[in-house]
Amino acid sequence: MNCEKFEARMIAYMDGRATAEERGEVELHLVACSECRARVEEFRRLWGVLDETPAHEVSPAFDARLRARIAAEPRPSLLGWLLPQPRLALAMSLLVAMGVWISMIPPAQHQNEVARSEEEFKMIKDLQVLEDLDVLTNFEALSEVPPAQKPVQQKM
Amino acid sequence: MARSDVQLMLGVKAGDDASFELLLAKYRTPLVHFLFRMVRDAATAEDLAQEVFLRVYRARKKYAPSAKFTTWLFRIATNLALNAIRDSRNEKMGISIDEPAGGESGADSGQPRIDLPDKRPGLVERMMERDRAAVIKRAILGLPEKQRAAVLLHKYHDLDYDEIADILDCSESALKSLLFRAYETLRVELAPLVAVKD
Repeated sequence: MNCEKFEARMIAYMDGRATAEERGEVELHLVACSECRARVEEFRRLWGVLDETPAHEVSPAFDARLRARIAAEPRPSLLGWLLPQPRLALAMSLLVAMGVWISMIPPAQHQNEVARSEEEFKMIKDLQVLEDLDVLTNFEALSEVPPAQKPVQQKM
Repeated sequence: MARSDVQLMLGVKAGDDASFELLLAKYRTPLVHFLFRMVRDAATAEDLAQEVFLRVYRARKKYAPSAKFTTWLFRIATNLALNAIRDSRNEKMGISIDEPAGGESGADSGQPRIDLPDKRPGLVERMMERDRAAVIKRAILGLPEKQRAAVLLHKYHDLDYDEIADILDCSESALKSLLFRAYETLRVELAPLVAVKD
């Protein structure tokens, strides 16, 4: 490993996040290169120095301010709830339209339609009987049967 | 048993305000610390942190746990901080926002940077006038923004490489290179503090 390759692996090595193989290569390089060894030590001291920076304390009003801003946020409307779901909106519109159409049919027309339906039902029910009658009247074998003779009146 | 961040965020999504309060309590301080170190202004840092939480709240209905919560949170924070730094710089210079922002490329391309630390000789003398913390802060502030964000997320928030790389939209190897260059710059800038005392 050369110094350039070492630099690419130095941070992970110092973090303890290098693989065992990488760690072995880095340590081998450090044994041979005093310059990189010194740099590792300087980086360690630098990281200690960086810990000295004080952090800014959050102001006590932070949460209250945030809650006020959240409370001022617009509430989602019903339209806003439906718009992201166009299929649902379309299905609901069709249902509503169908309901309106059915409710607009006049009651008299509705009753006529019911009566007509009942007649049609009766006709379908008698259809078998009508078909049987048709068969009987057109049955060829029956045509060969001599017509019934009138009974002869005996002379007295 | 404590709920994970993702579970809390799913609670927020379901309309549970207590879950949001728990996330706020957990991340309020780390976020403000990160943003303060990024922008170096307490009021701006708190405003930006508020904006981060507001954006999380606004996005709650669309939240899907596709990434770690911290990655999402710090990505929002980093983007807001970078925008604020650029806006501030543009205001100071009176330049158009359409012009290249500089940032990371500015240092590499030799373009003049606005927030470079004072390069005048006599760092030790200046240290006599200011305390160590101020010098360290100044050195961190002098880093290009992306390097600064990388160092802060790595050093002070202990995020994994893949998380930081995701936040900064770069590969892990690019991140390690970025971190090395940033720490190398700081090592030089803070040489008097880093040097071994006899």
